[in-house]
Amino acid sequence: METFAQVVLDGLLSGMVYALVAAGLCLIWGVMDVINFAHGEYLMIAMYVSYWLGFLANIDPVVSVIAAGVFIFIIGALTYLLIIRYTVGKPPLAALLATFGLAMFLKNLCLNRFSPNFLILSDTWLGGKTFQLGGLIFPAPQLAAAALALIVVGLVYLLINSTRFGWAVQATAMDREAAELMGIDTERIYILIFGIGGACVGIAGGIMPSYLAVHPEVGSLFGLIAFVCVAMGGFGSIPGAFLAGLLVGVAEALAGFYIAPVFKYIAVFGLYLAVVFLRPKGIFGW
Amino acid sequence: MTEAILRVEGLCAGYDGIPVISDIDLQVMPGEIVAVVGANGAGKTTLLRTIAGLNRPLSGIVSFSGTPISHLKAHRVLKLGISCVPEGRRLFGKLSVEKNLTLGAYTVESPAEVRRRLDEVMAVFPVLRERANQTAETLSGGEQQMLALARGLMSRPKLLMLDEMSLGLMPTAVEKMMETVTAVNRAGTTVLLVEQMVQEALEIAHRGYVIQNGRIVQSGTSAELLESEEVRKAYLGM
Repeated sequence: METFAQVVLDGLLSGMVYALVAAGLCLIWGVMDVINFAHGEYLMIAMYVSYWLGFLANIDPVVSVIAAGVFIFIIGALTYLLIIRYTVGKPPLAALLATFGLAMFLKNLCLNRFSPNFLILSDTWLGGKTFQLGGLIFPAPQLAAAALALIVVGLVYLLINSTRFGWAVQATAMDREAAELMGIDTERIYILIFGIGGACVGIAGGIMPSYLAVHPEVGSLFGLIAFVCVAMGGFGSIPGAFLAGLLVGVAEALAGFYIAPVFKYIAVFGLYLAVVFLRPKGIFGW
Repeated sequence: MTEAILRVEGLCAGYDGIPVISDIDLQVMPGEIVAVVGANGAGKTTLLRTIAGLNRPLSGIVSFSGTPISHLKAHRVLKLGISCVPEGRRLFGKLSVEKNLTLGAYTVESPAEVRRRLDEVMAVFPVLRERANQTAETLSGGEQQMLALARGLMSRPKLLMLDEMSLGLMPTAVEKMMETVTAVNRAGTTVLLVEQMVQEALEIAHRGYVIQNGRIVQSGTSAELLESEEVRKAYLGM
């Protein structure tokens, strides 16, 4: 029983980080109907930002996470301004292929600059630390990442649902022209949403080098899992993506522990198939 | 002579470079209700969309109180004081009535001022107060049109443009809308109205323009147009 609780806990902790990565993707999809294929690569870049700040300037990921968030906010906004903007009004495939190209570009850029080697940041503040509570072991880096993820997802949710800016975002998502007629600068909303979506994944990636190695392929899996979470939760629903993130995390942990580690992603994608089969619009989809 | 609040000169506009309206000349004076009437597909909506900044004109000039506006995006046009209630209402269906109204005053910075305007429009449209927390999509057609109009007034426009308000409404609801527009106008807002319901529109308007195949074919005071042989034959079935 205790082992089971521990496995579920581990699953929930990684699930919250998935949820944060997914929330960013979800926001961009929900508002702009754009699937950002480069989302996983944003995560990778954020991890490199945090890694190099740690390696070169001796700044801990706990601090660099802010820089990573800001950096990916800018990358996101630039992605909109330099690429996505030109695909608005074109067939949806245009944006998809463009972000796919961006993903390839970023991945190969990092391969070229930083080599395919796994880079590990040693001597981080949280690295290797754990503490116990009621028989459960909490690894400090994962716990910090999960707590941060929970806070950021909560803030994004509040921003979208309880502020006038958030209502304007929702209005833009529902009917861009009508939003323009309200005096909402929808171009600005798009830039900011791409930035905020990027910042979400940037924060997730920024904290990760506390416990995860950095390499050019690291984003691909996270990007794929984020896509699964968004589709499972219901496109555009942040609570949906959050719940789906937790489900994915727990499914992955349970399958990895009780069946076999190689079975992890079979369980995750099996769960995904089951959910979209039963509820094609996702758990919270409308 | 007072200056026109809205002046449209030689306007051509359309979609993908193909003109839908051509050589439109039109003026609205402060305090007026002006109706643009014509059959479905005549180009009325294209005209309003172009004035509102949702379409770029192919050629011609649109100016608002003397300032050229045809190069501006829609959100900038609203800030200058033109509010457009679009065809089909275009409410934010999943948002509450109150949020829809609040968004109508998006350009107003002060929350207290937004609150004040909310109270004001809810006093004019009591049904919106009753349904403040319902989502807009759950309202009846007539109520939705009220909400669209109220939302359009939240920015306190100098010029209110209304596109096909009567579409899909029962005759009693149409009458109520027309009365409301008259009241809004009396309170000091200039109105440019686009309508298929020619009789109803001309009854509340001071002046009118008849648009046919993208061109203005007739204009005059409402009384003149209602008397005119062509208008009576083509649009009033007499």
